[in-house]
Amino acid sequence: MTEQSVEMVAPTGDVVPSRLRRLMSRGAGRNIGLVIAFAVLCVVGVSTAGERFASADNVMTILRLAAVIGVLSIGMTFVITGGGIDLSVGSVLGLASVWATTLATQTLAEDTHWIVMVFTALVVGTVCGLINGALIAYGKVVAFIATLAMMVAARGLAEMIANRQTQIVDVAPFLDFFRADLLGVSVLVWIFAVVAVAGWVLLNRTTFGRRTLAVGGNPEAARLAGIKVNRHTMYLYALAGLTAGIAAVMMLARTTAGSSTHGQLYELDAIAAVVVGGTLLIGGRGTIVGTVFGVLIFSTLTNVFTQNNLSISAQSVAKGAIIVAAVLLQQRFAARHRST
Amino acid sequence: MVDGVRQPEPPDGGAAKANLLTMQGIVKHFPGARALDGVDLAIRAGEVHCLVGQNGAGKSTLIKVLSGAHHPDAGAITWRGEPLTVATPVAALRAGIATMYQELDVVDGLTVAENVYLGHELATGGFTQRRVVRARTQDLLRRLGHGEIPPNREAGRLSAAGKQIVSMARALSHDARLIIMDEPSAVLDSEEVANLFRVVRELTASGVSVLYISHRLEEIRQVGDRITVLKDGRTVGTGLSARGTATSDLIKLMTGRTLDHAFPPNPGVPDDAEELLSVDGLGLRGVFQDVSFRVRAGEIVGLAGLVGSGRSEVLETVYGARRATEGRVAVAGRALHPGSIDAAVRAGVGLAPEERKSMGLLLDEPVYRNITLSTFGRFASGVFLDEGAERAAAREQIQALDLRPADPDRTARTLSGGNQQKALLARWLVHGCRVLLLDEPTRGVDVGARAEIYALIRRLAARGTAVVVVSSEIDEVLGLADRVLVLSEGRVVHSGPADQIDEHGVLDLVMEGSAA
Repeated sequence: MTEQSVEMVAPTGDVVPSRLRRLMSRGAGRNIGLVIAFAVLCVVGVSTAGERFASADNVMTILRLAAVIGVLSIGMTFVITGGGIDLSVGSVLGLASVWATTLATQTLAEDTHWIVMVFTALVVGTVCGLINGALIAYGKVVAFIATLAMMVAARGLAEMIANRQTQIVDVAPFLDFFRADLLGVSVLVWIFAVVAVAGWVLLNRTTFGRRTLAVGGNPEAARLAGIKVNRHTMYLYALAGLTAGIAAVMMLARTTAGSSTHGQLYELDAIAAVVVGGTLLIGGRGTIVGTVFGVLIFSTLTNVFTQNNLSISAQSVAKGAIIVAAVLLQQRFAARHRST
Repeated sequence: MVDGVRQPEPPDGGAAKANLLTMQGIVKHFPGARALDGVDLAIRAGEVHCLVGQNGAGKSTLIKVLSGAHHPDAGAITWRGEPLTVATPVAALRAGIATMYQELDVVDGLTVAENVYLGHELATGGFTQRRVVRARTQDLLRRLGHGEIPPNREAGRLSAAGKQIVSMARALSHDARLIIMDEPSAVLDSEEVANLFRVVRELTASGVSVLYISHRLEEIRQVGDRITVLKDGRTVGTGLSARGTATSDLIKLMTGRTLDHAFPPNPGVPDDAEELLSVDGLGLRGVFQDVSFRVRAGEIVGLAGLVGSGRSEVLETVYGARRATEGRVAVAGRALHPGSIDAAVRAGVGLAPEERKSMGLLLDEPVYRNITLSTFGRFASGVFLDEGAERAAAREQIQALDLRPADPDRTARTLSGGNQQKALLARWLVHGCRVLLLDEPTRGVDVGARAEIYALIRRLAARGTAVVVVSSEIDEVLGLADRVLVLSEGRVVHSGPADQIDEHGVLDLVMEGSAA
């Protein structure tokens, strides 16, 4: 990348500023606003709550809080980059958590291995995603509507299966594994980290990622270039479903129970994190690093508010303001990008 | 194109006629972008003044200055004898300058009448006066010779030509003295163009002036009175007679060089050349039927016909973007699965689509990713991309095709039309395709770059590629192709060597076909 900027003939002759601009318009540079926002939040946290905020315990709390939404947001980043939207991930998370903790599943897990529960959650999530994807790609149902239907239906199915009861996780080895720490860091946080890194590689370094950008950027051009747009669209929703399944497992570990109320409104948190992170809602451009920052900003915000005993309602107002500010900035950036 | 229409004599008692608008020494700078560098323009009342120039000559910027979207850095505008500053688009409309943009600015969901009065609705106390609006719209439409368009019809149900009439009625509803038309014929077929010209003449007869922008010189000759030529943001020719100025002179002014051989010489196809593409009895229900042709290696076959004759659809069906309802397509003797782009691409067929921006390019992605859009999987090792190899392949093509600027990391949006077309060709060159389908390869490409594209296509053929070209410009098809198919209303009405038919012959066939 750096070699090209040397070759480029800068019209004004000043190579350094154009290189800087180039750097700024790529990768790390684009996330500078997020880094600043995150840093400001941390400063506010330290100055208002001091030791309580900066403690290692509290940092772990923030990260654990971020982990579940974080995993959902990685899947959401792919769907949005591919030009879609998935409103069903929260409900699918709930359904997967319930399905993985039915008496039948847990008995089977006791008899064999706790991995059965994990497997169940992942399969439920992926299948829901595949249904979404098939409806959208082949049934030509608008993504908003198809996933809205799944959001309602999956929640209902979860309630039917659980009979509106909380299903306690009895499989001790499952809890032992997922509630443990590894190198002083919660396994849940490790899962988020692994999913984020895998997501980054997938989006930026693989053919799958390139197809995602192409399908989101200009589906007709992608189709005419020989990319199987429908199939890829379906995969994107399946991927979002898979992350909902992973998030369900994490939710089970955190709350030690499956419930049809798990994951309510998480889809909105995930979309907010993705958009704040800088992924374009119209598709064609996505950033995993931005999404991770988006998630961290929201969970730190929640933490700062909690530390200062401020109400959930005040948090919501602040969240709303951040979303609007981020989108306004994003549009500014997009406009500048177009004009050059 | 519209031989039957009699021209009224140009109002060339002209010198005495006062200028409606004069622009003098207009300068407009943009950071980094070429803009206006001293443009002079004088438009008389009641004339059709044509503005020509290559892409990037400054036509769009000039229009935007006139319509109030841009403010000039220097220069003077005189409007009906008085100095004028156009601060906003609304101010331009108030003064009597209306603009019809290339992209039709009609709201599909509103009625014709609502569209005409969009932005200056007639209302009393917030309630629209629907009946008055309807009546006045009816008057305006009648004045434009299109009284048959019902003011209550939803605008989205009109044809492109109909929408253009609505756009013009809107201009008239503002009492426009000058209507700027930016490539109004681009969305019309030749019959609709004839109609447009009739309307333009009626407008000028009633004293309205028209600033007409077009790439098509033959249109300018038919409808225009005088021509102003722009090059690199300057006026290089002004007050030229639209009918009396030789084409070669105009092109010389626009390009600064002479273009004698727009079309490269045709070396002919050897008799033993392999037959790469064969299309047999291909049909798409309701669109076209029984289309058969063969293309050999090194051969260029052209499809000519009017808009709506099915030419683009034939190409898209061959490619599998549309699923044929009958017939078969074979590449080098092997039949392609109908309706599968994937099968076509794997067999070595490439398509450069008609709408480059909406169907061909990822505008916000770098050039190299656009070039490797159908091959990035091949460069990848396993699922992991090799962007270094992609860049290298792209750079190779950029050099071979002289794509400018030669920077694989520049976003596709910033390229000119001709260079975007080169990027699309490069995509299929990297792919190494044996059959290349080109739909309107020079649409939106300026005169200078056209010759380059033609030479490029010929070079590809010389390398053994089988090429099919669709174009709405008949001389382009005839000049470029070895053999021509003429389509009319979804049927092949003629097929033969390109040098045995001329433009008139093709038009006769087309007209005959549509009369039958």
